[in-house]
This record gives sequence, C-alpha cells and structure tokens, in this order.
Amino acid sequence: MSDHKTMTLTLIVWRQKNANDPGKFETYTAKNITEHHSFLEMLDCVNEDLIYAGKDPIVFDHDCREGICGTCSQVINGAPHGGQDRTTVCQLHMRKFKDGDTIYIEPWRARAFPIIRDLIVDRSALDKIIQAGGYTSCHTGGVADGNAIIIPKPVADEAMDAAECVGCGACVAGCPNGAAMLFTGAKVSQLALLPQGKAEAAERVKNMTNTMIECGFGNCTNHYECMAACPKGINVKFIARMNREFLKAQFA
Amino acid sequence: MQFTSSSIGRKILMAITGQAMVLFAVVHLLGNSSIFGWLNGGINAYAEHLHSLPLPIIIGFRLALLAMVSVHIWFGIQLTIENRGGRPQQYAVKSTQKATFASENMIWTGSLLGLFLAYHLAHFTFQVISPDTAALKHLVPLHNEMVPNVLGMVVGGFKNFFVSLIYTGAMVALFLHLSHGIQSFFQTMGWSTDKSQPILVKLGTLVALGFFLGYVAIPLTIFAGILKG
Repeated sequence: MSDHKTMTLTLIVWRQKNANDPGKFETYTAKNITEHHSFLEMLDCVNEDLIYAGKDPIVFDHDCREGICGTCSQVINGAPHGGQDRTTVCQLHMRKFKDGDTIYIEPWRARAFPIIRDLIVDRSALDKIIQAGGYTSCHTGGVADGNAIIIPKPVADEAMDAAECVGCGACVAGCPNGAAMLFTGAKVSQLALLPQGKAEAAERVKNMTNTMIECGFGNCTNHYECMAACPKGINVKFIARMNREFLKAQFA
Repeated sequence: MQFTSSSIGRKILMAITGQAMVLFAVVHLLGNSSIFGWLNGGINAYAEHLHSLPLPIIIGFRLALLAMVSVHIWFGIQLTIENRGGRPQQYAVKSTQKATFASENMIWTGSLLGLFLAYHLAHFTFQVISPDTAALKHLVPLHNEMVPNVLGMVVGGFKNFFVSLIYTGAMVALFLHLSHGIQSFFQTMGWSTDKSQPILVKLGTLVALGFFLGYVAIPLTIFAGILKG
C-alpha cells in the first residue's frame, strides 16, 4: 500500500426496520476510503462511524468475503453486486469508484424476496424450489468405483458449469420480472445432464417450476439480465435446457 | 399444474403462436411484393388467386390466424400483469446490461401491432376506411374476367401521407417486436445453446429489419410516386 490517497463518497442506502416498515433512503458519507478497500470493508468503516455516533449500523448480509458464497445481496447503482463481471460485492473493490462518487445501495428487490432488514432479504424461496426437486431420491449404495458410471467429459463439464450456481439470487434481483429461471434452470440442468438425475427429470422440472411460481417469482421473458448479473457466469443456455426438459416432461 | 397455467407452458404458447404469425408475415410479404410486378397481372392477380381458393381453406386459414392472435394477446397480457408484480418496487437507479428497449416494451409494441391489425383489416379487408377506392367496388379486367382493383385501392391509400405514416409507424413497432421475438422463440423452445444464442439474437434482428424494409417499401414507393396505379 504505497498509495495513501483516500476518497470520500456519498452513500444513499436503503434503510428498512422490518418487512412491514415502508423503508426509505438515508444518506451517509464514507470517509478515508482507499482503493484497496473492498465494498464490504468500506461499509464496515461507515458502520463503525455510525456506531461511534450512537446510530444503528447498516445491516447487510455477508459471509465468506472471498467471492464464493453469494451471501452479499446488494444492488449497487442499479446492478446486482455492482455490475462488475462475475463479481460478488466482497470482491468489488473501491478502485472501481472515484473520489466524490454518489453510490446507491439497495437490497435485492423481488416479490419472492421479502426484506428482513435494510439490505438483508429472505431468500428461502430458493430453498423451497430445491426442496421441490433439487435432489435425486434413488438409492446410490456405497461409494462406487471410479468410472463405474460412464459420463463423457463434456457432459460432466456442462453439469459442473450448472452446478457453479451458489444460489445468491442475483439473477432474480437483476430480472425485471423477478423471475428465478436462471437459478431453477441451473439446478434442473445440473441433474438432468447426469445419469443419476435423468430418472426423475420429468417430475423434477414440473415440480420445481410449479414451486417457482407458487413462491411468487415472475415469468421469464428472455431479457437475459440474469446472465449479466450472475457472479458465477451461469449461461442462459440452462434456461433453454430447462424449457426443453419441460416440453419433454409433457410427453413423459 | 396445467400446461396453460404453468410458467414455461405459457411461454411456449407465446413462442409458438408468435412464430406462426412470423411465418404468416413471410407469406404475406411475398404476396404483397407482387405489387412490384413479378407476377403476371400484379397484386390484382395475386388477390384474385387467393380469393379463388376453396372456401373451407380460406375460412380455416382465417380462423387459425384468429386463434394464434387471440392466444398470443391473451397470454401476453396475462404474463405482463404477472411479471409486473414480480418486482413490485423498482430500483432507484435503473441499470440494464442485456435487456433492450425492444425486450422491455413487448407489451407496447404488441399493443400497437394489435391496433394496427384492426386498422389494416378495416382498410384492406373490410374496406371501410376509404370506400371511394374500395377494390370490391371497382372491378378491372384481368385475363378476360373482371376482378377487384386491389392495386388501385393500395395506391389510393398510400398516396395519403397519414395513411403511409400509420403503416410505416406500425412497421417500426413490428421491427422492435420481432427483433426480440424471433430469437426469443428459439430460446423458449430450448433450441438455442451458448454458441447459437448470440448469433440468433443478431439473425432475429436482421430478419426483423428485412420485414421492416420489405413492408415499408410499398407505401414509400407509392408515396414517392415511383410505384403508380
């Protein structure tokens, strides 16, 4: 850290006490921020100032702080996780901002994600979709010998690409319709691609997409905002695959 | 859950009915282009050929089109209302990465096309917009028989600035609607992959542009006085 230049930023942050509170924006000043601060560390600094001043700190979700957990549910200047390609908020650094910038920070906004407090939303609707079919229920027995089940490398790779989804909900937050199609598409595809998941593929895609709608998510209109928002780079080809699985399931 | 109440089922119905109308638009454009003279007898001969098809075919075709339009409008409105509810509170800052003006305004370009369709049918099918040039009332000779003067009706209509403007405006809406709709069909049917999807977006826009130029050529050449009755 040879560069000790610091920046001062204006933060316009969504504050909401609970799901029933209407909520409002509050303006804060972030001082002494260096370009090496991560976005969450910058918020930590602001919160320290708030605590010293006897005010309620900004409540936000975070966990791993190494870009893999997807807990940090913040929409920064209108873009989930700040809009940097394949980046969670903890890996977004303040070098992406300039001294004097004004930054809007909001929680994920979707009907299916009620706000718990400030920037924390309840994402259990995604768990409900998993509970509806994001598993295989066949008996697999003990650990099989390596390569006992032959899976071509490209298929295994594609299933792995789908499995990269960490369930952060950025796809829902980015979607103008608040749809969970990229999340559900990734989960459906991951299992449908592999022999262990194929047996229940038809039932799974129906149950998971039905639950998706029951949870209050919107419908997909192919904006592809989800793909742009996804910190793991999940491709919309998995939505296409889910659509295909759904069509196939009608004849199963 | 029934296919017609499921999320992906309705999406597929939107895609299939939409694509069926795109196929109709191809045939319609090819037929209309007979006005430029590639068919012996021009658009009057083409119109006469269509009307001399067996009645059950004509009625069946019209009913099928009506069904496509109705299903597309019904689910289009229903899904739009549902989707508006998917994010009840908008962000203070709007920032889109992939969504386009076309993808975000499908309901409005679609509504404009619906209104235009009604006008277009009233103009050229029911011929009540400008009765003085109505083809059914002005018969002209063609291959030793008298046929409705469709050419006269079309040319008479498009000489009017406002009529040409309405048609051109509607074709802008068609371009926007299809620039999102055509590629959307392949994604919804599950026929696109990570490699083909960006290409389909470009191809879809290109085809939509083709429709725009092809359709607009008729009022434009007539209004400019290049194509005469």
